[in-house]
Amino acid sequence: MTRLFTWPLDLIRLLLQSMGLAFGQIWTNKVRSALTMIGIVIGVASVTSVIASLTGLKTSVLKEFESIGASRIFIWAERPQTGRQKNASWRTIQLTPELFDHALEYCPSLQYITRYAHMQETVKHGDVSVEGVIVIGADSSWNQVENRRVQQGRPFSLIDATEGTNVCLIDPALQEKLQLEKECVGRTIEVGSRTFVIIGLLEPRVESMFDDQGDEGRTFSIYAPFNTIYRITQYMTDVEAAARTPAQSEEARAELRFFLRKERRLNFDDPDNFGLQAVEEIMRKFDEVAIIITMVAGGIVAISLLVGGVGIMNIMLVSVSERTREIGLRKAVGAPPSAILLQFLVEAVTLCLVGGLIGVLFGQLFTVAVMAAATKAISGGKSGMEPIQATIPLWAVGLAFGFSALVGVAFGMFPAIKAARLDPMEALRHE
Amino acid sequence: MIRLENVRKLFKIGRERIHALDGVDLRVEANEYVAVMGASGSGKSTLMNIIGCLDRPTSGVYELNGKPTTEMSQGDLARTRNRQIGFVFQSFELLPRLNALKNVCLPMIYAPGGWWGSKKRARAALERVGLGDRMRHRPNQLSGGERQRVAVARALANHPSILLADEPTGNLDSRNSEEILSLFDDLHRDGQTIILVTHEVDVARHARRIVRMRDGRILSDLPREDDPVISRAGNPAGSAP
Repeated sequence: MTRLFTWPLDLIRLLLQSMGLAFGQIWTNKVRSALTMIGIVIGVASVTSVIASLTGLKTSVLKEFESIGASRIFIWAERPQTGRQKNASWRTIQLTPELFDHALEYCPSLQYITRYAHMQETVKHGDVSVEGVIVIGADSSWNQVENRRVQQGRPFSLIDATEGTNVCLIDPALQEKLQLEKECVGRTIEVGSRTFVIIGLLEPRVESMFDDQGDEGRTFSIYAPFNTIYRITQYMTDVEAAARTPAQSEEARAELRFFLRKERRLNFDDPDNFGLQAVEEIMRKFDEVAIIITMVAGGIVAISLLVGGVGIMNIMLVSVSERTREIGLRKAVGAPPSAILLQFLVEAVTLCLVGGLIGVLFGQLFTVAVMAAATKAISGGKSGMEPIQATIPLWAVGLAFGFSALVGVAFGMFPAIKAARLDPMEALRHE
Repeated sequence: MIRLENVRKLFKIGRERIHALDGVDLRVEANEYVAVMGASGSGKSTLMNIIGCLDRPTSGVYELNGKPTTEMSQGDLARTRNRQIGFVFQSFELLPRLNALKNVCLPMIYAPGGWWGSKKRARAALERVGLGDRMRHRPNQLSGGERQRVAVARALANHPSILLADEPTGNLDSRNSEEILSLFDDLHRDGQTIILVTHEVDVARHARRIVRMRDGRILSDLPREDDPVISRAGNPAGSAP
């Protein structure tokens, strides 16, 4: 009865004792243990840092995409590589303003759509002039598509849009640069040879890692009604649309494609003469790439853990043969084979787990270094961008330890069985 | 307590077959003090290993406290060694990295529930062998005689039915040998069953019963007083009547 009660306690006690013995053994053979662990340390450090870097990069990139708007879809004209329009003139390929007149009616998953026309002009206010300001012509729904509100004044009205009046929305950065007063609505600025009335001040632009301009060569932009700019340039550059939700963007993209093919009278075997890209799609592709990289890294790591495991097995075999007499004595005083097996198995696993722990620490250090470098590379030396945050996710730590323990059990098993099977008499006679 | 009946042990070395034990019958009762004597190769070590459950006989019956050991698994044999047998070896076999106390604790680690209060029992055992003041010493800080006394304390830790000593004084000088043997005498007086394997007459003289072996058989099995060699040498001064 007492035995029935005490055996789980006995097992725990034996485990704890074996762990104590294992740590003692590792401590006694510090150099040897450290060398043996290197394989595991490198394996675990690389897998955890790869996972951490990717996860950090992923959250950071996805956050960027979120800020752009995950439901956005870009549309542009593109001459097909094959088919009858392969050598068509750009005039026949380019997008036309009327093309999208009925887009929202035919594409139920779409919520907003805006056409774009661009030009570059020198903008003047009083004595201050700024060169190379990008003047963007956009539809009234632009505020919704881009998700930038007017913080002062008003957006484009229906009259502005249809008549193509000389009104504009201004970016706070340019407002500052032009030394306009805070209450700038109603003021006029010179855009090239034309005079525009400021009707609204936009919210500041969200900093993004995709803005590749540095502080110096920074470009400024103002926004005018599409018709105003189109009338000047006679050229429509591209279109942006927003699906009702990010989840619907795939559907919206398909609807748009069908709509455009019909509107542009393409036959069923003609290739598209336009390009369509949904942000959600890019995000998904990025996700897929991240998974593939993780898997490849995982494979490499598996190999390095295997190598580490062989090292563990080797050292455990050495340990068993060195301690043959000890094993013999332990057996003589009553250690059953299972206790000896447990002792050596626990020792191998402890060795691996300590290696794993060191590996995780190194992995985190490595991740921080990689992220600092990555931040620098992406921001192009632009100061002020906060470093991408990356820590080893908890599941990866668990995975690393789980794997280390598994390697310990797998490669420690053979030496442990060898120890457990030793004949006590022979072992005691061993020199 | 111990009953061996027609026990044989066969070793095969290459093609050669060696009968290390060739039909041994032996009974040892509680509180006996037996010396097994014989030249090397006489089978006394093999007999010792079988009595100590380190090895199983090829044929024959070995009963320890009424339980046959022939069919026991390795685990059962280990448990039996743990509870019933206390070993003392010629070369002490102490673990060098553990201090005296921890060395004595070793058999208790493998006893179920034996861990509870093991330190206390180990201390008592060390005091019993007169090493109460050297518990924290490591084997390399102890003299040969002290080391062997630690080994005796370890052998006694689980209160075994039998103390099995294989040439316990083989690595000791005569003064330390005497120390160990008088310790054995004390233990015997307190009721401990002791089986001693030796080829030295001076050591065997401490036992009450002398078993002589040759070629795997028992040559003679006599009380000390009747053994021709030992009785001729006379009673040692230190032994109790």
